[in-house]
Amino acid sequence: MDDLLRIIGDGREIPDAPVPEGLGEKDLVELYRWLVLLRTFDERSVALQRQGRIGTYALYWGEEGTQAGPLYALEGSDWVFPSYRQNAVGILRGVPAATVLAWWRGYGGKLGFWNPREHRVGPICVPIATHLPHAVGVAWAAKIKGDRTASLSWFGDGATSEGDFHEAMNFASVFNAPTIFFCVNNQWAISTPFHKQTATATIAEKAAAYAMPGVRVDGFDPIACWKVTRDALDRARSGAGPTLIEAYCYRLRAHGTADDPRLYRDETITETWLHLEPVGRMAGFLSRLGIMDDGLEESIKAEAKQTIADAVTEMESMELPGQEVLFDGVFASGRPWTFDEGLEELHHSARAPEVKPLGPQTGPSTEDVEEPR
Amino acid sequence: MSQKTMVEALNLALHQAMEADDRVIVLGEDVAQTGGVFRVTAGLLDRFGENRIVDTPLAEAGIVGSAIGMSVYGLLPVVEIQFDVFVYPGFEQIVVQAARYAWRTKGEVPASIVIRIPFGGGVRAPELHSDSPEALFAHVPGLKVVCPTTPTDARDMLLAAIEDPDPVIFMEPKRIYRAGREDVPDEPPFKIGSSNGDTAALLSKARTARGGNDLAILTYGATVPPSLEAADQLAEDRGIQTRVIDLRSLYPLDIEAIEAAARECGRALVVHEAPRHAGLGAEVSSLIHERCMLDLEAPVMRVTGYDVPFPQFANEDDYLPSVDRIKQGARKVLDF
Repeated sequence: MDDLLRIIGDGREIPDAPVPEGLGEKDLVELYRWLVLLRTFDERSVALQRQGRIGTYALYWGEEGTQAGPLYALEGSDWVFPSYRQNAVGILRGVPAATVLAWWRGYGGKLGFWNPREHRVGPICVPIATHLPHAVGVAWAAKIKGDRTASLSWFGDGATSEGDFHEAMNFASVFNAPTIFFCVNNQWAISTPFHKQTATATIAEKAAAYAMPGVRVDGFDPIACWKVTRDALDRARSGAGPTLIEAYCYRLRAHGTADDPRLYRDETITETWLHLEPVGRMAGFLSRLGIMDDGLEESIKAEAKQTIADAVTEMESMELPGQEVLFDGVFASGRPWTFDEGLEELHHSARAPEVKPLGPQTGPSTEDVEEPR
Repeated sequence: MSQKTMVEALNLALHQAMEADDRVIVLGEDVAQTGGVFRVTAGLLDRFGENRIVDTPLAEAGIVGSAIGMSVYGLLPVVEIQFDVFVYPGFEQIVVQAARYAWRTKGEVPASIVIRIPFGGGVRAPELHSDSPEALFAHVPGLKVVCPTTPTDARDMLLAAIEDPDPVIFMEPKRIYRAGREDVPDEPPFKIGSSNGDTAALLSKARTARGGNDLAILTYGATVPPSLEAADQLAEDRGIQTRVIDLRSLYPLDIEAIEAAARECGRALVVHEAPRHAGLGAEVSSLIHERCMLDLEAPVMRVTGYDVPFPQFANEDDYLPSVDRIKQGARKVLDF
């Protein structure tokens, strides 16, 4: 791990490094606020899933720094493309948290989706790595139009095995697109460990094949994630092209609420990574710098709890989507005749009862989650 | 007005679209410097420069995926897939991304891309250059799938596809590319950039290629000319007046034209080059049986390619629906 950029010490033998230029005290507190908001969303979502109030949910507990850090380095006009692991990152850009919760509740149409152009945040991408070429296309288009817009895509170590990863990297490099490939290497793709995913020692070294820099960073360090993204962004804006970032960390929880890591990995090893998790680590760092006291920390947590609680209330007060939502928005140009016939068929048959989420799954990652209510 | 082949008509459409709207950009393999292996994009590089007509790496998922991103950012990409079979690496991007982008964004941000696919056999090409994959796309919700047969339709429908906000799979029958010329009006069918998305007339309506009330042949693309020839021979041999419907739009299908043909003729034959099983012919035949059963004098029959890999070209004429096979199919319907 010696080649990882790290700013925040581990609270043990590794010391803190100086705060990078460009991050003031207000920024650090705001970044912490973002981390706490993401953490609160994630924990609350797991609880909601256990209570049968949303469907299967993909956790990101421990990876908040890989989301908030890079996002904080970008400008609002820069585009980001999340995978499902960054499902709630849009809430830091104005996507209502209730909308993301509605997506996990199984709602579509205007309840569970958003307009990417309003927030410069792509839709939650489920098919692995297929959003990477989109980030390249956005950056490439911006370059053609002469805009200074850049883009960033998030994906996991498993995604680097997909063809779309390689095609996107190649296109970005050939056309010098101002984009950043941000790989969250948490070392697990559901049950597949890193060494069975790739024969290379790192993800970063794959950048060499595309003549772009590959940078490694401590994925549990939000400030280091900010720093490598800011550097990559400067490089992109200067016309020097794309960068691949490998944020090295460990998946501290299950892949999703339907997954049980005890089936395929030694959870005592997971325990050895726990002290590096970014929210507590950032809090300790801010405390050591004298920027944040217990009162501020508590108020930030309380504020986040309230925000997410309000979002849950909003999501649960949404009117159940009607049958016509099946046919909404499929075509921007209007509805083909087959849709009218489909809707008519639906209207002439008994409506199925309300579909509820399947309800609780068991697993070590969900049992220890505090119920916020 | 000037005499043009389909290739020249498509080339005219691209020139007109790119001239009228600087958001239109063309991506593909060998499209810029050489003007495309079929020369559909010839001359665009000199006129519009390398930012708007781009030779890409050989990676169809990268091409389609980048085009989707460009569209999300506000450009209007037109992708050329070099040959039918080469679209398969881009299939995931088309099915899970392009087809669903509008749906996943409240209908507000469709993937406004056109994917041009030269397709089909009959040009003596090597292995894996002659597939007819249109049914794969017509089966995917969220895609429009069209196939022009005449040079004028090719020009007008390509302009409409670019103008349309939704993703359009634009199937180009390469056997027709240089098969003949016709007068193509210089003027576009609508003022580019002014249709407000109302491109339905050009992207959802069938064309009556030949009038008649005894038998309807419903077809599209490269099997339109042999169907017309078969119709002429049926008229000569037996005095049968055959209506030939060029479907043009494969999704959505022009249900009114299909129903009218079936009702007014009472006998219908579907002809296409793609394999039979689960092809467009199955859909058209089902629609007619579901809606026009009591108007029919005979069941709807099909003359199609076979359920085999497209053969090496020494045997491709055994595979392709010939005038004689179409006439045999017609006899089955007529003499039922």
